[in-house]
Amino acid sequence: MKKLNIEDLEKISQKVKKANRLRSGSARAKITVHMGTCGIAAGARNIMNVLLNKMEENESGEIILTTSGCAGFCSREPMVTVELKGNPPVKYVDLTEEKIEKIFSKHVQKGEIVTEYALAIGSEREP
Amino acid sequence: MAYRTHLMICTGTACVSCGSFDIKKGLEQEIRKHKLEKEILVVTTGCQGFCAQGPVMVVQPDEIFYQKLSTDDIPELVEEHLLKGRPVKRLMFTPPGGEKPVPNINEIGFFQKQRLIALRNKGLIDPEKIDDYIGRDGYKAIAKVLSTMTPEDVIKEIKTSGLRGRGGGGFSTGLKWEICSKAEGNPKYIICNADEGDPGAYMDRSIVESDPHSVIEGMLIGAKAIGANQGYVYIRTEYPLAISRLELAINQAREYGLLGKDVLGQGLDFDIEIKQGAGAFVCGEETSLIHSIEGVSPEPRQRPPFPAQSGLWGKPTNINNVETWANVPRIILRGADWFAGIGTEKSKGTKVFSLVGKINNTGLVEVPMGITLREIIYDIGGGIPGGKAFKGVQIGGPSGGVVPGSLLDLPVDYERLAEVGSMMGSGGMVVTDEDTCMVDIARYFLEFTNDESCGKCTSCRDGSAAMLETLKRISDGNGQENDIEFLEELGMAIKDASQCGLGQTLPNPVLSTIKHFRDEYEAHIKEKKCPAHVCKALISYSIDSEKCTGCTLCSRKCPVNAITGEVKSPHVIDQTLCIKCGVCSDVCKFDAVLIKTGKT
Repeated sequence: MKKLNIEDLEKISQKVKKANRLRSGSARAKITVHMGTCGIAAGARNIMNVLLNKMEENESGEIILTTSGCAGFCSREPMVTVELKGNPPVKYVDLTEEKIEKIFSKHVQKGEIVTEYALAIGSEREP
Repeated sequence: MAYRTHLMICTGTACVSCGSFDIKKGLEQEIRKHKLEKEILVVTTGCQGFCAQGPVMVVQPDEIFYQKLSTDDIPELVEEHLLKGRPVKRLMFTPPGGEKPVPNINEIGFFQKQRLIALRNKGLIDPEKIDDYIGRDGYKAIAKVLSTMTPEDVIKEIKTSGLRGRGGGGFSTGLKWEICSKAEGNPKYIICNADEGDPGAYMDRSIVESDPHSVIEGMLIGAKAIGANQGYVYIRTEYPLAISRLELAINQAREYGLLGKDVLGQGLDFDIEIKQGAGAFVCGEETSLIHSIEGVSPEPRQRPPFPAQSGLWGKPTNINNVETWANVPRIILRGADWFAGIGTEKSKGTKVFSLVGKINNTGLVEVPMGITLREIIYDIGGGIPGGKAFKGVQIGGPSGGVVPGSLLDLPVDYERLAEVGSMMGSGGMVVTDEDTCMVDIARYFLEFTNDESCGKCTSCRDGSAAMLETLKRISDGNGQENDIEFLEELGMAIKDASQCGLGQTLPNPVLSTIKHFRDEYEAHIKEKKCPAHVCKALISYSIDSEKCTGCTLCSRKCPVNAITGEVKSPHVIDQTLCIKCGVCSDVCKFDAVLIKTGKT
């Protein structure tokens, strides 16, 4: 095996940093797919698969993808929440593969909220 | 391949012994069953520190902390959390005295107050993957040293940082390096002391197991500063997992050209060899350790000359302990001023402690120097189990001493601990409560050091035997007037007359318990009382005939059939048969078993 020089070391470091960024819990964008029974029945798995492919294509490592349970608005599933660092979370509803692709390229990558698919901005507060 | 979730499962020794590899296997099977293997990665990490709750696992990026996992929990965990996104409350940690489980690892008190330098990669990397280490800025410090710094720069940086030896002595690391670098003689050697022997201490084992490359990188930096081409890690053979991970790490580093000839193409030649010790406590002493590597009997020798002048095979040798080495790369990368900004006036940085004994949250913690004992024991350690009263904490193992409960607000650093008759040592903290007898604790440590004394110095060999004999007499109820004064005088003599650290410090547990708990010694000697009800010769068990309901439980559980009585009438303990094991007291549901001490 080739012995490393300082540049090689830096390359490995950058590559691994991207792949492992989700371990440190901080990222530029966090996408939550709501995977309650309702969400899964309405096609949340497909939405998840599209996002996983998008993540791989982009490989920026700046985005973390996670799941959560039912968001409480079952008739509007599938739903995702997109949260850019320093901004309030945005909930999208009635998603399809086309819609989530648009949300990914506009909101997640460029920071432009896709208002026509958005339900609300912000989260419910705990009492 | 991008994964959405990493399951960080702890595979330090404690969690492995609770079955974490079975959990890993089970998780992978279940994940495949749900066809999630392309989305979810199971990562084996080093020790995450919360050993009492093992096996533990953190789900990232959700930051959910799971504990006490069993293979039966896996189907629910995978289906609920990983498939449906509903974290499983039942498997989360509930703090002692708390009612609600705390899902997020960063909100758990045990983790919150810690500050990680030596354990910076705790739970974040797989110790068997060099790339994981590199991805956490690993080997970046040695790259910086080799490409931009002279040996003098490195030594100056470490000196300015204020880093002191974490193995017990507390000597300035930078100064030690400087002396060795200036010493005449070639070749020069560097050694990592991983011969951790204090009862209850396992900081160094954890670091080697969990982040072996941090030690290798620290040694590389030391090699450049001192001018050494060969290093040794002296590690006890009782640490098999640590040894195998270190071997793997050394091989990976060699393959990458981070060990061997011309490291990173920058002209440094340095390699590391592992030497296994057979577990003699005295080998942690540097001159004994050197003798052991040389293949001769591990006895200490007179210093000076110090190893920095004449060490391994008579050549200048620099020895530092595991935790010290692990701190070095971080100091180089973030700068001496950053490190010196943490801690107290003379004790900089952090210290790793193993928190054991009568404490709720047993585990490994890294805290800034100057933190109070109260914060360690209550905020991080979660207090004393069963609401018992805190009595004291033995710090520094058999070389250290007990810090009493009255000094709970003592800031923990080298100077403050020494002032109260204890010492930093390597960082073992054994917590005691009202049920701990201080004479018994002192006796326990003296048994250990008496057993481990190499026998070279009369003061240590025979002195420890005489102290132990006296302590045994006291706890057997045969203490005599002047025993306390005798222990004090003998203790001081052993300290003065012994050649190495083992003898010089072995009286500390006795002297410090006398200093802070003299009344307990006096009760044993004068009143033949053991106030904590521990010393068997001084206590007796009996049954309160008014409280006893005659349920017969104690008589059925008594291993020597010393308890007799009719059903539904009070029972009696035959004192001639009773072995004072305490089982009757443990099983009685009516508090009817009385423990008495003193002349009756």
